[in-house]
Amino acid sequence: MSIDPAALLVGSLAGYLVGAVVGLLVMRRDRWASACSFGAAAISASFGMLAGLTSLSRAAGTPAPRFELLPSLIPYIKLTVRLDALSGFFLLIVGLLGFALSTYSLGYAKGFFGRKNVGVLGAFFNALLLATTLVVVADNVWMFLIGWEVMALTAYCLVSFEHERPEVRDAGVLYFVMSHIDAGCIILGFLLLFQASGDFSFASLHDIGATMSPHRRDAAFVLFLLGFGIKAGIVPFHIWLPAAHPVAPSNVSALMSGVLIKTGIYGLTRVCFEFLGTPPLWWGVTVLTVGTISAVLGVLYALMEHDLKRLLAYHSIENIGIILMGLGAALMFLHTGHPALATLALVAGLFHTINHATFKGLLFLGAGAVLHATHTRNMEDMGGLAKRMPQTAFFFLVGAVAISALPPLNGFVSEWLTYQALLQGFGTTASLTRLIFPLSGAMLALTGALAAACFVKAFGITFLAQPRSEHAAAAEEVALSMRCGMAVLAAACVALGLFPTAFIRLLDPLTHQLTGVQLSPRVSFANGLVLASLAENTGTVSTPGIVMMLAGLLPIPFGLWLVFARNAKTRRAPTWACGQRELTPQMEYTATGFSKPIRMIFKALFRPRRDVQREYDYSPHFATKLRFESHVEEVFVQRLYRPLQIVLLRASRRIRVLQAGSIHAYLLYIFVTLLLLLLFAL
Amino acid sequence: MNLDVLAILAQTALLLVLAPLLSGLIKNGKAKLQNRRGPLIWQPYFDLFKLLRKDMVISEHASWIFSLTPYVVLLTALSAGLLVPMVTAAAPMSLFGGVLALVGLIALGRFFLALAGLDAGSAFGGMGSSREMTIAAIAEPAMMLAIFTVAITAGSTNLSRIVLASQGPASRFLDPSHALAFIAMFIVLLAETGRIPVDNPATHLELTMIHEAMLLEYSGRYLALIEWGASVKQLVLMVLLVNVFFPFGLATEPSPVALGLGLAFLVVKLLALAGAVVLVETTNAKLRLFRVPDLLSAAFTLATLALVSTFLFQ
Repeated sequence: MSIDPAALLVGSLAGYLVGAVVGLLVMRRDRWASACSFGAAAISASFGMLAGLTSLSRAAGTPAPRFELLPSLIPYIKLTVRLDALSGFFLLIVGLLGFALSTYSLGYAKGFFGRKNVGVLGAFFNALLLATTLVVVADNVWMFLIGWEVMALTAYCLVSFEHERPEVRDAGVLYFVMSHIDAGCIILGFLLLFQASGDFSFASLHDIGATMSPHRRDAAFVLFLLGFGIKAGIVPFHIWLPAAHPVAPSNVSALMSGVLIKTGIYGLTRVCFEFLGTPPLWWGVTVLTVGTISAVLGVLYALMEHDLKRLLAYHSIENIGIILMGLGAALMFLHTGHPALATLALVAGLFHTINHATFKGLLFLGAGAVLHATHTRNMEDMGGLAKRMPQTAFFFLVGAVAISALPPLNGFVSEWLTYQALLQGFGTTASLTRLIFPLSGAMLALTGALAAACFVKAFGITFLAQPRSEHAAAAEEVALSMRCGMAVLAAACVALGLFPTAFIRLLDPLTHQLTGVQLSPRVSFANGLVLASLAENTGTVSTPGIVMMLAGLLPIPFGLWLVFARNAKTRRAPTWACGQRELTPQMEYTATGFSKPIRMIFKALFRPRRDVQREYDYSPHFATKLRFESHVEEVFVQRLYRPLQIVLLRASRRIRVLQAGSIHAYLLYIFVTLLLLLLFAL
Repeated sequence: MNLDVLAILAQTALLLVLAPLLSGLIKNGKAKLQNRRGPLIWQPYFDLFKLLRKDMVISEHASWIFSLTPYVVLLTALSAGLLVPMVTAAAPMSLFGGVLALVGLIALGRFFLALAGLDAGSAFGGMGSSREMTIAAIAEPAMMLAIFTVAITAGSTNLSRIVLASQGPASRFLDPSHALAFIAMFIVLLAETGRIPVDNPATHLELTMIHEAMLLEYSGRYLALIEWGASVKQLVLMVLLVNVFFPFGLATEPSPVALGLGLAFLVVKLLALAGAVVLVETTNAKLRLFRVPDLLSAAFTLATLALVSTFLFQ
């Protein structure tokens, strides 16, 4: 490559910085602030994307470019970055999403003109992209943690952007607390690694797990799983996700769901596959189990939502679960000494990472467009938007098909790879643990089918039938730039779905770096038309083939029309309303009604509660007024976090006695602490 | 190459021709068992050709999804059918996808059908969509687990490979794992094709219908395409069941004798399976919707047992 990825990276970082500063400088003028900051973000993100691509396509064996961004003023801390294949891959995700989202934001920010400070939004948006980029390219622990913290703080500011509303403030605080717990775990984990290596650079941490005692290594793994898991939103640490994602502006929700939580996956991959050495069996089992539970619970809770953005946020938990299933299986295969299979599972997880980034980003943008047009997030007030916003509806449908893992789009391909890895995992060990593979495969099937049900609901209730409110009836198609942003991501979903072998070839340097295996020669057959799982006889699939097949069969219905129905007429008429005068939106199925069978089947989990109040004159069957309320219990909030919160508050009340307000007492504390530390040192 | 094209065309034709006949046979067999004369076994063809010629009424509330769905339903069912070995052990399109792609294609058809059910804005359609997606969701794990059991023994998800593996000397016929997986798959088949303990294909009674409720707004040519697609899907699933679990007589070479024999075997096996479906439909009552999960979790348990017994009885 003639283009230097390092220069592209620096250009991209500088661009974000300029975007942030200019956004703040011209924040008095909404139009200028929006154009400058989001324009700069789009350009810098495309630079970042190119940097990611070039560092992925670097020839195997050549060392990754490594350089100091800025001369550091503090001796310990070196601001070095490195562009290896893993960084490149995540840089590609950040860049792709950043580009699409910034384009979209150009139109979306108009909704805030005159109401909110768009300059600040743009500045933080750039800062968040900058910090995320730094996280994935950092080459030492300091740099990583600085990026991580800046990322958490800017994301907090963006979540709390509409801070006039109390629910937004609550969500912001919850996110703030959770992201600091995760930062704490990660810092402790890195300190354990530092004890063994004596140096903070990532190069010195390479395979450091081999030199650590098993207990420390396990402790480090648990800390990292907690830390990165909270960021990624695994069950039971997911509660911040459905709180924080919906209240943020939609472009930010898409950024958080598409990119931010992926940094958890990046961290976990970097640490588990590069630093901690050959894993013991239980690591893989833990990650796979956590992934399976997150996937199933995530989608089940998503089904219960009728807030479009909360629904999508719960789906992020589901998809993180699916990604972790791939990573967990890979860890198990590394333990049993099957590097090729481990690579297959790892690629399945990473492929799903970029897939989830594209289709979830797309869906959040679609939800944002709907929100922009109807001013509501409640699906029960939508409907009929497919006619009013046809292009948005089409893009949302692409995302819905992709996330439901239906062929021929990208979600199907990565879940197919996950299935294959799990199936072949059954033969890797003779112990009873191998049952976990097909069982989690079955749970993956459940997840996929429930996701399809959920997106039939999400798309059907939002876009089809008649509008359920005046706002929905008055909705109009959104601005061109917003549609462009969605089109970019929809195209990415289609491309990743139709050309999986080309994409896996792109990942070869990455897998070579992490597991020493290049996957594409073993999965790509018939000139890349057919995707196989390690060998041609263990199973093949071809998404382009499926499309060709569908297209090739198209003459059949056409021929039938030609032979039989050429003279038949088509008439449009209202749907039969069972003898009522006309069909009203009240007769349509609701989102709550749609998910009722699932709610009843899984009632042990949901503990549904409903409250019906009728006012009537002579018979309860002819109510004059009806009030219906239906609740689903959030088990984790109610049974885990509430009690925990109560205990914490009680404990803090006890400790508060120490803070008496007297300076003498404080001096005494300092003295005693000093004394204790001295004693400890001796 | 020419042979391949021929195989594709032949299998497509076979799917299209055989599917309505199978529906007719089941309907007729049910009637016979209930002491009724029943419709002719050719009746589904007459229905289809009549519907194809009729004018259509499309709901004015519906969007383009409504017009797209009939094509998606028929085409996904047909392409799923091309992945399954019917008469020959090698399915014409088996390189393009195995059993996972088959499940995916059928799910794609169902996804659009459920959307179309919501599209016209009537409560029946929504009710049908909701129930169809729910039942599909709880049937899916049992189905996948049963499929995994077979795929693990065969070492492949490719249906032709699965069939060849169980045809060889290491035949698993009557093996406990195979038998249990078969029963699990049979229950799933009843659920997926809307047969009696789960759904009643003969009813248009508002409150119990599932599949029919989604089609309520369709008429004419679109209805014909969907009905045809649904019967092709039923045929595909039944062929999958008989050929994966009883892979006898499948042609391994393109000679006329082998092909004829394969076709004869296929017809006999399908007749036996259709007989089983007829028996189940006649001797059972439709379950309440919230009893269906019990049935399907029984299938899931059976599939789990099948999986466990693959290595317990090795």
